[in-house]
Amino acid sequence: MTADTTNPYGQMWEELGLNLRSHCALLDALGPMYANAFLSQASRPKGMEYFDFVISEIHGLRIKELQEHKAAGGKVVGTFCLYVPEEVIRALGAVSIGLCAGVEWGTNEVERYLPRNTCALIKSFVGFKLGRVCPYVESADLVIGETTCDGKKKAYEIFGEMAPTYVMELPQMKRPNDLALWRAEIDRLVERLEELTGNELTADALAKATREVNDKRRALQRLNAARAAAPAPISGLDALLAVQVAFYDDVARFTQMVNAVADELEARAAAGEGVAPADAPRVLVTGSPMAIPNWKVHDVIEKSGGVVVAEEMCTGSRYYDTLVPETGGGVDEQLNAIAAKYLGINCACFTPNAGRLDDVLRLARDTKADGIVHCALQFCAPYQIEAYSVEKAAEAAGIPVLRIDTDYSAEDLGQLRTRVEAFLEMIEPATDVA
Amino acid sequence: MRVLGLDIGSRSVDAVWLDGDRVVRRAVADSGFDPQAVAASLAGRDGYDRVVATGYGRHAAAGALGADVVTEIKAYALGASRLCPRARAVLDIGGQDTKVISLGAGGRVLDFEMNDKCAAGTGKFLEVMARALGFGLEELGEAALAAAGSVTISSMCTVFAESEVTGLVHRGEDRARIARGLHDAVASRTLGTLARLGVRGPLVFAGGVAKNAAMASLIEAGFEGEVVVPEEAQTVGAYGAALSAQSR
Repeated sequence: MTADTTNPYGQMWEELGLNLRSHCALLDALGPMYANAFLSQASRPKGMEYFDFVISEIHGLRIKELQEHKAAGGKVVGTFCLYVPEEVIRALGAVSIGLCAGVEWGTNEVERYLPRNTCALIKSFVGFKLGRVCPYVESADLVIGETTCDGKKKAYEIFGEMAPTYVMELPQMKRPNDLALWRAEIDRLVERLEELTGNELTADALAKATREVNDKRRALQRLNAARAAAPAPISGLDALLAVQVAFYDDVARFTQMVNAVADELEARAAAGEGVAPADAPRVLVTGSPMAIPNWKVHDVIEKSGGVVVAEEMCTGSRYYDTLVPETGGGVDEQLNAIAAKYLGINCACFTPNAGRLDDVLRLARDTKADGIVHCALQFCAPYQIEAYSVEKAAEAAGIPVLRIDTDYSAEDLGQLRTRVEAFLEMIEPATDVA
Repeated sequence: MRVLGLDIGSRSVDAVWLDGDRVVRRAVADSGFDPQAVAASLAGRDGYDRVVATGYGRHAAAGALGADVVTEIKAYALGASRLCPRARAVLDIGGQDTKVISLGAGGRVLDFEMNDKCAAGTGKFLEVMARALGFGLEELGEAALAAAGSVTISSMCTVFAESEVTGLVHRGEDRARIARGLHDAVASRTLGTLARLGVRGPLVFAGGVAKNAAMASLIEAGFEGEVVVPEEAQTVGAYGAALSAQSR
């Protein structure tokens, strides 16, 4: 509480309508969580200092930039899902911010609105809104939802009573008629955002926004390609953090900083330097998204002596793996390319979803993963159920899988550590077994 | 070289001293409220050149006793396959978790399953139910073994099952039949885990609950392959921890 009266951002937070006492408690919890997971790591790339700074200012400087953008007549648009095309938001002069939340908040209050067996991610974003502790949500002029899983779809109906919310209909199959539906949904989105911003979508602005967002994704591709080296030049925690921050940060600055980290990683790989011993078990993590500050499973894996070399998840390869073709042409033509790119993402809410299995196996091969950890949020039915197919495909490819269903709480940490350590013992080279 | 293996679990701390391949001493103590102190006091009973810890307290022991650590999964795999070289799988029902391990050559772990956070169907579950029925832990197993028939217990959650048991007691149901029903429920859940992992026998049944004759006979009756309950069931983890020092 005292921090808020002396904090340089105290007035801004108050003007945003935050509950200052709760918000202070949230920030007080975040600091030690970050220090414990990140600052304790050995031989981090120097470029990660930028990310330390971003996290230390996550509710400060970045929020101030958003307020300045708003004061100059710009809009802020919140999203919860990769399928919402940020190129379109950006081309209309608005700033796109990812609103997913990764910490338990206000559970008692949340459970007045949502059933107990709702996944932690949904409970968290509703809790942040109810508790008025997230300056991003409070800065958003419009929040865009989407019909991915049933939990989110129905939660947006409730969330819509608390904040201006617009929902896109995402099809659940990938046939030509589904693409036509999705293409029409993008037209509807353009219309809604034109109304919000007062701007008209032009071909030039869309081409420019597409190039900029592609540059951001290309930077992340470079950073992640470097992780194929043994020893791994960056921890999984740091690589995960970079993608998590991609949803919040200024696009140009972020791109520059990620490229700087990638330069460093490429030099490290060439010199054979890494963050873990060359024989540390290499793990691919796949499953439900991990929103800041959900670093739980990566932290357990890496503190147990493994190194995470890839994330096949929304806060991972699904975000940066594919680019929108820079075709140029008119608005319609560009929106066609955008619709096709986004519908190509392989989320477990689609059926069938064989593309994800290919992605997981390809990524495991490219990064020389010794094992796969399938990590689903509890009550996230699409990923919990699809774990079966991932396990089967990995088994056929000869890659061991550990299946974890967990949430944001610490109550299962003891068992989780034992299971992860035993999995690492199982996949490490067999030299120490009689 | 003398090696001490320590299994610092939620209910007991087990110790095994090895001299070369020979077991020279075993000891078991209640974990109590300060398992690390219990572990230190057990360790002080005899000399050793190296110590390896497993169980929930393994990491704390690494600092306090200078122990190396292995997981319970690896420790049980090594211990069980040394006691029974033909073993293809291990079942360990401990104080607060249940593990099933599929074994390869030389005690190598091929695959494993373990409960994720809830202690349903573990030693803790039986302990709570014994209290609800007014039995001692050993009496519970004996009563189940001697019971004429069984009562269906539908809940596996310790909290819900306790309410269910209380309800049955109030309706005048026979305590021994309830005890048998509880064992049936745990055995059925455990057999389900064995089936899910698709393990084959011989299966080494280890851990504190293996000493419960009612449970052992239910697992034997329900499992398709051979079930081996070693004499030293409770100290298999500590034995395996000590053995792991040889292979490092």
